[in-house]
Amino acid sequence: MTLALFLQNLINALQWGSFYALIALGYSMVYGVLLLINFAHGDIFMVGAYFGFFISAFLLGAYALKLPYALSPEMIFFLTLLLTMALTAGVGVTIERIAYRPLRRKGANRLYVVITALMVGLILENGNLALLGASRKSFPELIPRVIYHWGEITFSNLKIIVIATTLLVFLFLQVVVRRTRWGLAMRAISYDRVAVPLMGIPVDSIIVVTFALGSSLAALAGILFALSYPVLEPYMGALIGWKAFIAAVVGGIGEIRGAFVGGFLLGFIEIFSATVFPSTYRDLISFGILMGILTFRPTGIFGLARRTKV
Amino acid sequence: MDRFPALTWGALLFLLLIGSSWAGWLDSYTQLVILFIGINIIMSASLNLINGYMGEFSCGHAGFMAVGAYVTSLLTVWFFTSGSVFGPALLNSHWAILLFPLLLLIGGLAAALAGLMIAIPSFRTRGDYLAIITLAANYIIKSAIENIQVIGGARGFMGMTRVVNGMEAVWEIPWMLIWTGIFVALTVVVIQRFIRSTYGLGVIAIREDEIAAEIMGIHIRKMKMIAFMLSSGLAGVAGGLLAHVLGYINPGSFTIMKSTEAMVMVYLGGMGSLSGSVLSAVLFTLLLEVLRPLELFKWVIVPLLLFFLMLFRPEGLLGHRELADVFPGLKRFYRSEGK
Repeated sequence: MTLALFLQNLINALQWGSFYALIALGYSMVYGVLLLINFAHGDIFMVGAYFGFFISAFLLGAYALKLPYALSPEMIFFLTLLLTMALTAGVGVTIERIAYRPLRRKGANRLYVVITALMVGLILENGNLALLGASRKSFPELIPRVIYHWGEITFSNLKIIVIATTLLVFLFLQVVVRRTRWGLAMRAISYDRVAVPLMGIPVDSIIVVTFALGSSLAALAGILFALSYPVLEPYMGALIGWKAFIAAVVGGIGEIRGAFVGGFLLGFIEIFSATVFPSTYRDLISFGILMGILTFRPTGIFGLARRTKV
Repeated sequence: MDRFPALTWGALLFLLLIGSSWAGWLDSYTQLVILFIGINIIMSASLNLINGYMGEFSCGHAGFMAVGAYVTSLLTVWFFTSGSVFGPALLNSHWAILLFPLLLLIGGLAAALAGLMIAIPSFRTRGDYLAIITLAANYIIKSAIENIQVIGGARGFMGMTRVVNGMEAVWEIPWMLIWTGIFVALTVVVIQRFIRSTYGLGVIAIREDEIAAEIMGIHIRKMKMIAFMLSSGLAGVAGGLLAHVLGYINPGSFTIMKSTEAMVMVYLGGMGSLSGSVLSAVLFTLLLEVLRPLELFKWVIVPLLLFFLMLFRPEGLLGHRELADVFPGLKRFYRSEGK
């Protein structure tokens, strides 16, 4: 592999790793607070992409109902981003409110909540399919694609935007989790979920914030993904969601750093195994490696092994 | 005979089904639904051993089903039919009648060996991390089959219909119904006996408290290995049956979706309830068939129903109880079991 090819693949790997990392974050944060594998998260990513599609189409004036004045392209992009993230956060919080909270109140077995999450995911996927039909939607080009050449390496401005946004999100979350009271409460809940409510920390509001944050990041990933690969279909979130979840676990679930490292790791393994071996071997190799990592480090890269006291 | 009255009733029902389909009273669609029910019973009962009785969260059951389906199908097609891949048939199709259950068991054995793929990591890994390993195992198996071009790769594998036709040419009775019935009975009896044995008690002890179980002298690794291999082996048998019922398999039929169906049946019936698993497999399969006219909305309504079930009855239909505990009148069918 020449250096140019390596760098080219590196950029692709960083881009895919960014998608995985952004989705993995939602899994990881919810798990840290609730010990719940939110299997509907991949579909929230899909919902985000669809919201982005409808909002941007509205802002671009594709529907009968139009804005009275035209917006500049940058404005449309930022408005789409903001509105989509807000709406998707609303969806995430609603799901938590009507599906997970009643079960939590009843003290149902954790696994039943997981099954409920799976069902919510199926409802989102198939509800979308039933309502909007099987036709694929093509996402409008909100940011004009510019291709840069640097030596033998080619990359577009979108890839740079994706990677830069992900890094900014990482820094932002580090600040939120390490420096704010909400972050402190989140960490406290995952440290000891019995004592924290006794200390007067409003656990339910923390959970709502966590879901809102996780879902809006999934929406961000959804829009960035739709900009890079502008085809939307109802099952787009399923596979990428499962993979991001595996990435979150490999990184050490419940850890912000873990989600990022796991996501980028999965991106690297996928891209580089596809360049060395035939691309049909991609899943086989990447999952094989991830399984190996989990066998030798059962709690993931950053996960702490909690001793069970007898 | 009166040691297992429940089994006697089951055998009577089985004979009735076979008799009526032989006489042509059941059309082929009804027979197909009954076959699916049987296969789903094996799937949910075997998964309940891991997810219910042992309290682990395995979400890759379809992977083992795929291993069993492919191994059994390859063997039967190789032995009993002439084709371009394996050349002329090795044996006359008379032999199929005798060897088919054996080949199903070999498929099950292969699936049990594949089950080691999650049994061994389970020694150190528990809970959600193990769930990922099972998930990854499902992907790995599916992806591996897709990459073996000799057996069709992603295009799938067929030829099992000719094997079944060969059996029916020898003797015109509904063979698949008979084999499915026998293996459903075998699965239920094996799991029921397993749960009542010291092994089963060991498995339940692992669910309650792994460390305490180990202190009490339970060989944790052995128990886990046996439970995972038994569960995945039975899933392999179910896969072999499914392959011969459908006559065509491809890796795409054994995805996470299929595993989700098995999980749904386990949790619908209730964790750690064998009769619950059987009941929910019957109900779930019938529900899917009843809702078939709704087409696209079927997969919205089914999850929605389960969602409401979870909200109002989160422990499943029978959660941790058997049918006989809910309806004590049924106890007389189990007379010799307890007192």
